[in-house]
Amino acid sequence: MIQLRMRRGVHPPEGKLSAGKPIEEFPVPKQVVIPLSQHAGKPATPLVKKRQKVKTGEKIGEASGFISAPVHSSVTGTVKTLETVLLPNGSSALAAIIAVDEGEEEWAEPTWPMKDLSALTPEDLRTITREAGIVGLGGAVFPTSVKISPPKEYPIDSVIVNGAECEPYLTSDHRLMLEHTQEIFQAAQLLKMTVGAKRGYIAIEDNKRDAAEAFENLVKGVGDWEVVLLKTRYPQGAEKSLIKVILGREVPMGGLPFHVGALVQNVGTLYAIYEAAARGIPLIRRVVTVTGEGVKNPSNFLTRIGTSAAELLQAAGADLEAARKIVFGGPMMGMAVKAPEIPVLKSTSGILVLSSVKKKKVFPCLYCGKCVYACPLGITTTRLVKYIQAGMWDQAKAFGLFNCMECGVCSYVCPANIPLVHWIRYGKFMVRMMEAKQ
Amino acid sequence: MNLIVSSSPHIHDKESVPKIMLHVILALLPAAAASVYFFGIRALWVMLVSIATAEISEYLFLLLRKKDTSAALDGSAFLTGLLLALTLPPSIDLSMVAIGSAVAIIIAKQMFGGFGANIFNPALVGRAFLQAAFPIPMTTWVANRASHIDATTVATPLGGFKFSHLITAHKDLLLGNVAGSLGETSAILLLLGGLYLLIRKYIDWRIPVGVLGSVFVFDGILWLFNSRKYPDPVFMLLAGGLMLGAWFMATDPVTSPVSPAGIWIYSIGIGFFVVLIRVFGGMPEGVMYSILIMNSFVPLMDKYLRQRMLGEKK
Ligand code: SF4
Ligand code: SF4
Repeated sequence: MIQLRMRRGVHPPEGKLSAGKPIEEFPVPKQVVIPLSQHAGKPATPLVKKRQKVKTGEKIGEASGFISAPVHSSVTGTVKTLETVLLPNGSSALAAIIAVDEGEEEWAEPTWPMKDLSALTPEDLRTITREAGIVGLGGAVFPTSVKISPPKEYPIDSVIVNGAECEPYLTSDHRLMLEHTQEIFQAAQLLKMTVGAKRGYIAIEDNKRDAAEAFENLVKGVGDWEVVLLKTRYPQGAEKSLIKVILGREVPMGGLPFHVGALVQNVGTLYAIYEAAARGIPLIRRVVTVTGEGVKNPSNFLTRIGTSAAELLQAAGADLEAARKIVFGGPMMGMAVKAPEIPVLKSTSGILVLSSVKKKKVFPCLYCGKCVYACPLGITTTRLVKYIQAGMWDQAKAFGLFNCMECGVCSYVCPANIPLVHWIRYGKFMVRMMEAKQ
Repeated sequence: MNLIVSSSPHIHDKESVPKIMLHVILALLPAAAASVYFFGIRALWVMLVSIATAEISEYLFLLLRKKDTSAALDGSAFLTGLLLALTLPPSIDLSMVAIGSAVAIIIAKQMFGGFGANIFNPALVGRAFLQAAFPIPMTTWVANRASHIDATTVATPLGGFKFSHLITAHKDLLLGNVAGSLGETSAILLLLGGLYLLIRKYIDWRIPVGVLGSVFVFDGILWLFNSRKYPDPVFMLLAGGLMLGAWFMATDPVTSPVSPAGIWIYSIGIGFFVVLIRVFGGMPEGVMYSILIMNSFVPLMDKYLRQRMLGEKK
């Protein structure tokens, strides 16, 4: 086991309340809401009509371009309607609302060839990830089939399995690694074979030492794999941070990991790949951590996509009366929602209930430089935000406006409580608008 | 259920502006207490008048500028008042203290737009003003009670060296048995306070290292050249207001650069001017002017110097 740590970033209280809770299969709800846009890129085009019967795992939306992904029904039932619904990030999208049929669940046949795992070719794996609607479950929801097909001129030499789970509170990846170590490792080997990498690393933070040891036992006999134990630090699980820490390489600004010969894949995504390749199940369920101070029984639920967050919260004993904030995702990058009646998506790693949210007084910037030294990407944040506030867009771009990954570290450390990330989002929005107009 | 919808992150570090100010004030308390021990109750009065005037001026000007007056409680005016007091001679007239403190807050801070917007360290502007307006009281020094000297006025270690070539023992400089302004007596207490801030990460380590290191090196070169003419570098570090300046004034976040490159230029620049003024200038002490000079370059440095971003071409 190699031990490494990232230099910048922060170490917020970990709050992994649900780390000791095994994954529980959440009951199939009475109704699911399945948006056709749950991935980066173009929304899927609907394949079903009102009143149509669908089986579990049946494709209900087809990928509509290279960067897109299909969407599957997570239940056996009848399409009630197709209508526009609210997504966690505040936008809205077309969704299939499916009422679950009573009686036996019927599973659709996979739309990809089922073979013995050892017989799979790189081409097979690309077909499987595409057909099964697999996207990056670490948060970016980028279509996996695209990610594992880098341009030929950029050979991949290293694959990194991302089990860092650096966001506080979230434990879904941790539980998966403990309970499905073998499956994740098999998918990781498939991935490595697909891109033809020479080396594989399994990156896990040291607050999940048990998971690291579980993998260590598996990789011992296998030559070109190595477990990397990382000192817990946020945002170490961000692709660029991991590549820098483990490989010592810097992804060029505006570039992607393949530019430096690396491929990073989250453990949740790998488990989804295993489910598709070995069991013929498309991405219709995922592990969701339901947690926070406002939850009586913090839990890890294996949840059908489209289940309402309200049901999960109720099952975990959330005190919704006292809740001040409900966040989809972790506390650093997650999105606060207006109401709990929002469906779980492919991207929903957790649902967090905060019951004490203090409004903090904002002071003028005191140029303490905390944001500057903590930014994992080396952005001079205070200056960038001043340019945004002054509407100086060219300078803002030169200071890394579009480089920022909105990890939240700068806002977290700012002693003046300036909502720096909020300003950066505003700046990106303004510049995109102006560029669209031209 | 009344849910707040705000943008991420949803958690925040425990640090805040008032907390930082509080800890800087705490770090200064040992040196402040020592000044009472060395110079008597008079030192306490100087501090109280300076702090009270700073707070009142801050409050009135926030009111006048129609700003949130609760900002007067963030600790920054208190700190300015305390810092100013520590740079003053113990025998100074209390009305002068009040004038200096009002100038620091009103002219150097509020006129620039208040907290965060000032270019120059307010306490040092207050002191510079007093030095110009009342040169005699500002350079009249009473004996330290711990030094058992009976004279009514004495020279500071730096003044003694400059004008009479007297060397004060390093031990006296460390402990503080010397004449000088309230806060420039005991180097060791200032050092302890500074280290406390460093450990809590409230100040950037590069600043004291850059300032003290460059004074040591620049003066060390001169001293190696001619050790009879020039003071030894340890004396230079311990005497006068350098410790106070390097740990508590130059480190003021508002008036120092944010980028590492800028910080090195800034802190080494301060050290350079300190040696220049002390050794070749007409005055025995130059910490105040050195910091003010380098303060004036900070906006420029912050505009043009920034750290390299990850993945940016080297
Ligand atoms: S500037 Fe962007 S990348 Fe840097 S800390 Fe802030 S949110 Fe993270
Ligand atoms: S952390 Fe906040 S106060 Fe400090 S420099 Fe950055 S923006 Fe300014």
